[in-house]
Amino acid sequence: METSLRTDPGFWFMTALGLVLLFLGPLFWDLFQIMQITQYVVLSVYVLSLAYIWGFGGILSFGQAAFFGLGAYTFSVAAINMGETTFPFVLAFAIPAIFGAALGYFMFYGKLSDVYMGVVTMVVTLIFWKLINHTAGPEYAIGDARLGGFNGIPSVPVLNVPGDAQAWLDPGQMFQVFMAILTLLYVLLRILIASDFGRISMGIRENETRAALLGYDVRRHKVIMFALGAGIAGMAGGMWATYQTFIDPNVFSLEMSAKALIWTMAGGVGTLAGPIVAVVLLQYLSLKLGEMHILNNNFILGGIMMVLVLLVPKGGLPTLRDGIAALRVRGSVRRSGTPGKVAPDV
Amino acid sequence: MTFSRRTFLQTSAALTATLSAPTILRAQDDVIRIGGLHDLSGAIDSSGIPMNQAMQYAVAQINEAGGLLGRQVEAVTYDPQSNMSLYSQYATQLALRDKVTAVFGGITSASRETIRPIFHRYQTPYFYSCLYEGGVCDRNEITLGTTPAQTVAQLIPNAMNLWGKKVYTVAADYNYGHITAAWIKRYVEENGGELIETEFFPLDTTQFGSTISKIQAAKPDMVMSVLVGTAHLGFYRQWVASGMKGEIPIASTSFGGNGTENVMLTPEEGNGILTAFGYYETVENEKNAEFREGIKAFYPDNPPVLGETSEVTYEAVMIWADAVKEAGSTDRDAILEVIETGKSYLLPAGNVAIDPLTHHAVRDVYIAELRDQKMDIQQKFEAVQPTDTQMVCNLQETPDANVHHEISL
Amino acid sequence: MDYTIIVFLEILRAISWLVILAAGLAIIFGMMKVINFAHGEFLMLGGYITIMSHNAGVPLWISMGVLAPLVVGVFGIIVERLVIRHLYGRIIDSLLATWGLSLLMIGGVTMVFGNTVQGVSTPLGSLSIGAYQVPGYNLLLIGIAVAMMMAIWLVLRFTSAGLIARATMQNPDMAETLGVRTSWVYMATFGLGSAVTGLAGGLLAPLTGVAPSMGVNFVAQSFITVITGGASMIAGTLSAGTLLGTISQGVTFATGPVYGDAALLLAALILLRLLPQGITGRIFRKSL
Repeated sequence: METSLRTDPGFWFMTALGLVLLFLGPLFWDLFQIMQITQYVVLSVYVLSLAYIWGFGGILSFGQAAFFGLGAYTFSVAAINMGETTFPFVLAFAIPAIFGAALGYFMFYGKLSDVYMGVVTMVVTLIFWKLINHTAGPEYAIGDARLGGFNGIPSVPVLNVPGDAQAWLDPGQMFQVFMAILTLLYVLLRILIASDFGRISMGIRENETRAALLGYDVRRHKVIMFALGAGIAGMAGGMWATYQTFIDPNVFSLEMSAKALIWTMAGGVGTLAGPIVAVVLLQYLSLKLGEMHILNNNFILGGIMMVLVLLVPKGGLPTLRDGIAALRVRGSVRRSGTPGKVAPDV
Repeated sequence: MTFSRRTFLQTSAALTATLSAPTILRAQDDVIRIGGLHDLSGAIDSSGIPMNQAMQYAVAQINEAGGLLGRQVEAVTYDPQSNMSLYSQYATQLALRDKVTAVFGGITSASRETIRPIFHRYQTPYFYSCLYEGGVCDRNEITLGTTPAQTVAQLIPNAMNLWGKKVYTVAADYNYGHITAAWIKRYVEENGGELIETEFFPLDTTQFGSTISKIQAAKPDMVMSVLVGTAHLGFYRQWVASGMKGEIPIASTSFGGNGTENVMLTPEEGNGILTAFGYYETVENEKNAEFREGIKAFYPDNPPVLGETSEVTYEAVMIWADAVKEAGSTDRDAILEVIETGKSYLLPAGNVAIDPLTHHAVRDVYIAELRDQKMDIQQKFEAVQPTDTQMVCNLQETPDANVHHEISL
Repeated sequence: MDYTIIVFLEILRAISWLVILAAGLAIIFGMMKVINFAHGEFLMLGGYITIMSHNAGVPLWISMGVLAPLVVGVFGIIVERLVIRHLYGRIIDSLLATWGLSLLMIGGVTMVFGNTVQGVSTPLGSLSIGAYQVPGYNLLLIGIAVAMMMAIWLVLRFTSAGLIARATMQNPDMAETLGVRTSWVYMATFGLGSAVTGLAGGLLAPLTGVAPSMGVNFVAQSFITVITGGASMIAGTLSAGTLLGTISQGVTFATGPVYGDAALLLAALILLRLLPQGITGRIFRKSL
């Protein structure tokens, strides 16, 4: 393991927190809280897919929902047909990753500029959304699974113990599995970011031409990152399907893509922990808003988004970190570059 | 990337504070709590808000009359914001945390299929009050809205007698649209007519020019519309703009179900559209006069638009309250047993009874013509059975059923 | 034969419709490289202003052609001063902020106006072509699309305001050095773009149902037209509108609306692969 990672207290803290929640959480929470927190865990996996490629590779995707949805539908269709969930779960990673690689090849080898790349990913998501909404008729079925159009697929199987299709996990166990996946994912991504591969990614993020001149294959590198992000998003989609036990075309919605962007922005581009915190806080907020009846909820959420962008442009965690650093340094000249900085052309 | 320890302590403090926010238990045993889940914001709030108002009004009426079993009724309502994951969370919350004795809500079929299994699992009686495509088989759910077999079966022969035998269907491209279109085809053919064509439209379609041209080329005697939502209102508007009004008449089993569409079209555009539902604001009987005046007085600032969905929500609460009174308890099984006797209730919509085999309503169905934004009732059919769901569901044989059948014709 | 004319007219209508929808967005994007994600809600606001004022007794043409652009234009200027101004050069941030704005507007309009209002009927009646009848309003839309593009071209080409705008578009720093207050230019551009969008919303009101959440039905189409068109306002919008409108409407006639929409998206995707900077990134490069 790289020294920078080994000496980073944040890394150890997050890992430990993950493990503590993993083992102790189910002992203290009631069923409702477990369901609630499982949702945050699944969406955290989803947000990491974007936090990684955007924050550490400078790849901005407006279409993470395409992969999320693809994973969700892949998992649901496969699980309904196979009657067990282990292999479908693998597929929920693999198929979006392969699709991501193909799409990435198309975009990065086509030298699409950043803004246009954002739009291409968004258009792909919209195509999925349109087409899946059109599958209401009985002729749209894959094996035993009816795609269901706008209404989606009901009764997606609950996760079972690998090898035993009848041993379903209860909500507490499902939480533990998902929390383990999230913790592992966090650790692996941090290791990847600290590795040579990760350094090259950041080199590309900072200056693509320079990285290319130094002899790195920028396009191939970006395709790999993008496909990895797609796979992670797809896996989150699979988790989402089995957590909700149903799936509908909203997994492909613009809103789902936007949420990943908002959480990453709010938490701080260039961190992994920030977006996770943002998921928890913002999802909790929207849940609480639905319980109170003060103003129209769209009005409040929209307002919060605008205020966040205007007042906390770097995102929560980097701003907090800078604030603390500024307090500690107190006017000394030491200024470190902001890790959350995004190349100006993104 | 480096993090300072303090940053993380602060972050994590916020995190754990959120996660372990203490459960606020409202453990007052002197009230009977019921749950409400209607979209109060988002794309279909125009249906959800009146439904929620009707529910609150029913609760207020019950309480004014002294409550139930000597206790007051309290409605716990959440706004799922047209978001399916919020639907499933709030459903779990109502069942497990608020421990409500019954739940009223769900609008789209997707939202119903999200929450129905949850209430089935936790044995919380669930009342669904929206018209839908039929086929739910679940002893825990009482389904009160009309199904295609109830409305299409009355509307088609009636309209064909008036206008002729060649029918062109335009329908929304989702489950409800597809199934209703299949029923339309069946009834058109049974009545000796000819279905020229069925076209489906995504729910966000706003431009209907090409379809209107196709209809002009096909020259049907009438158009059956199963279009849904505000985007699809464009069809009626562009239809009139193409000069088709007065040329080919339109009938629909989806237009005006929640009472909003008829208000959103101008009289010139809407006049003459023939519809069939289980309730209209214009139904003439003593109960409905009382209901209409009462709810308008209860909401003097923002009276709800009244349509099948809102009136049926009111019905649902009243039927539940009647069952609680008669059973002398809020217990699920006791309530269901009362409802399953098939007793008849006199409600604003007319006579309603619950079919014990399907838990769907056997109810009066009306045919009405839109005139100056009001539904002018032409005909009434008494005690119409939900024959579609009866084809696939028998709860006396399979009391544990927990499915939504797709009824194929 | 009649049917061919009808199909041709419908395709022309679809093209004009895309042009009208996208024009406001194209002005803002072409000039300031800001993508207004609340575009759909600006349309919705235009629609609401039109029907509210019409229901209050204002003649339809005035509420549609004057009030809607005026109010939405002023609203746009306010938004520019309060929000967009702080986000120049930060495309993603401006995108997220305008996304927030779109939610805010949906909620705000629901609270202020409610979600069920009576719409207005389509004016102008219909005309017969052989056995068919088409709305006269369609011809108006085609006319307005042409007039709109002409007007933008004339302003940019022949007025001093247009000269300043073109200069700012090409090189803002240089323009600033030469004494142009670019921040005012941006404000005016955003206001103008919003006004054009308001007009489009007004024109939309008599065609479809007007509700707070209607914007989402239009945002994808307008967005894709602008991006596919590329940086130049007129040539880009026109070429992309023509191409996408023809493809989607042709496919709609042949199959149905779902595949029409999908064909539009697919065409845009292939086009962007071939011309990554949009159509005007390679062809008509020097045009406006």
